[in-house]
Amino acid sequence: MQPVIVENIVQNYRIKKAVVEALKGVSFAVERGEIFGLIGPDGAGKTSLFRILTTVLLAESGTASVDGFDVVKDYKQIRHRIGYMPGKFSLYQDLSVQENLEFFATIFNTSIEENYDLIKEIYQQIEPFKTRRAGQLSGGMKQKLALCCALIHKPSVLFLDEPTTGVDAVSRKEFWEMLHRLKLEGITILVSTAYMDEAGLCDRVALIQKGEILSVNTPKGIISGFKKPLWAVKANEMFKLMNAIKEDPSVESCYPFGQFHHVVFKTPENSREKLEKTAKEGNFTGVEISPIEPNIEDCFMALMNH
Amino acid sequence: MQKEKVITAKDLTKRFGDFTAVDKITFDVEKGEIFGFLGANGAGKTTAMRMLCGLLLPTSGQATVAGFDIYKQNEQIKQNIGYMSQKFSLYEDLTITENIRFYAGIYGLSDDRIKEKTGLLMKQLHLEGQEKTLVRALPLGWKQKLAFSIAIVHDPAIVFLDEPTGGVDPVTRREFWGLIYEASARGITIFVTTHYMDEAEYCNRVSVMVDGRIDALDSPANLMRDYSADSMDEVFLHLARKAVRTGD
Repeated sequence: MQPVIVENIVQNYRIKKAVVEALKGVSFAVERGEIFGLIGPDGAGKTSLFRILTTVLLAESGTASVDGFDVVKDYKQIRHRIGYMPGKFSLYQDLSVQENLEFFATIFNTSIEENYDLIKEIYQQIEPFKTRRAGQLSGGMKQKLALCCALIHKPSVLFLDEPTTGVDAVSRKEFWEMLHRLKLEGITILVSTAYMDEAGLCDRVALIQKGEILSVNTPKGIISGFKKPLWAVKANEMFKLMNAIKEDPSVESCYPFGQFHHVVFKTPENSREKLEKTAKEGNFTGVEISPIEPNIEDCFMALMNH
Repeated sequence: MQKEKVITAKDLTKRFGDFTAVDKITFDVEKGEIFGFLGANGAGKTTAMRMLCGLLLPTSGQATVAGFDIYKQNEQIKQNIGYMSQKFSLYEDLTITENIRFYAGIYGLSDDRIKEKTGLLMKQLHLEGQEKTLVRALPLGWKQKLAFSIAIVHDPAIVFLDEPTGGVDPVTRREFWGLIYEASARGITIFVTTHYMDEAEYCNRVSVMVDGRIDALDSPANLMRDYSADSMDEVFLHLARKAVRTGD
């Protein structure tokens, strides 16, 4: 039995007369013991889906199960078995670090000692501040405490809603290292993020946009789905270069990527020659043109435009 | 000829009790430059930015922004800068044009000028016909683009952008940078913080703050060369890992 099964879930929100379609019939399944990433921008429907799976929101239609339990009928069983770290910090701000952890352990009929092994590595980083109120912690420490509280009852499935949003590159890297250690403990992890580069750290990902799944695959599988040749181009005047490239009607897309522009042509013939011609006609200097492998963000944008 | 300097900072320092949040930072930003201000959480970016925006007095050191002294002329600074962050941008319960009118009014633009600017902005952002749409009903990406345009509605010398593109889809994020490039080409200086290291590579120069100090400042290409790195992500990780203090 796959630990998470989502079938044709639909969710709409009504704001006055307007209807916002948050999820337009989403389906996928997560395998036991994998890190499954839900990758998409704000407003894609990630949080709605997490709330439905953690039984705090009823879907309008469709079915979903966690560890074989139905999210509507068996919500109590599900709540016992899962850990949930919402995107918004939701611990008790005026309880101390230790009090929060004890509180969640007690709620789940366990103790900090019983599952200490699981949280030890993370908890040790915040233990020096265990008497500090949770509201007084920095972002990084709040995140670690929230993860400890979500793990204290040794859940079989862990739901992490945008755990790395607003977190700097170093802390993000550390957080993902923690997730990989948890995976080794046999915990299935469903994690959402708006950072496309984090897709590569997951076993499989679902790319999601405007309530629809664009693709479900391994990161490698997603990249091999990008069929057209991709070119990286740079010159001394990047903004001008982009405008010049976009003027060529045979160009399908041109997006800035750090120091390069990534260019896709409608048909692959003579791509290099076309780019060389554009660079020459615009009198660009410092020109470099090379074919490259796409990354997840290239794939996401290509899928978005289809 | 030397380029006009829009920000000058010399040994700028801010202490809270015995904690030195910003430790003698020295740098200049030129007119029209896109300047990336990077650092891990807790490195001192926000404190430095608040001083430069005229919202917080330094403990010591000097700085000028748009030609005004940050100790004595902070009111003039506020009038000559724009500011936008993901957290603070627009009023959701006001329409698009009401938001423009509100901010332009705050910055003292005349009624005629506000009318002209409103027409211009609606056209630039392809929002014609949506004048009466509530900002709340706009997708996040549109809100961010509108917020940026409104932050520079009074043609400030410099605009401060605090993580402006968080959570935005990759296409919109690039459209947003298109607006930044246009503003920069018009001579508006851009001072931007971001957690997306590929965005750091769009900047003319970037600084990296570590433990309250500026540990590196150069063009992305030079930094990558100096640290033998293939990307700004590597440069950043290399520098930020040296940090003694954490975001705590």
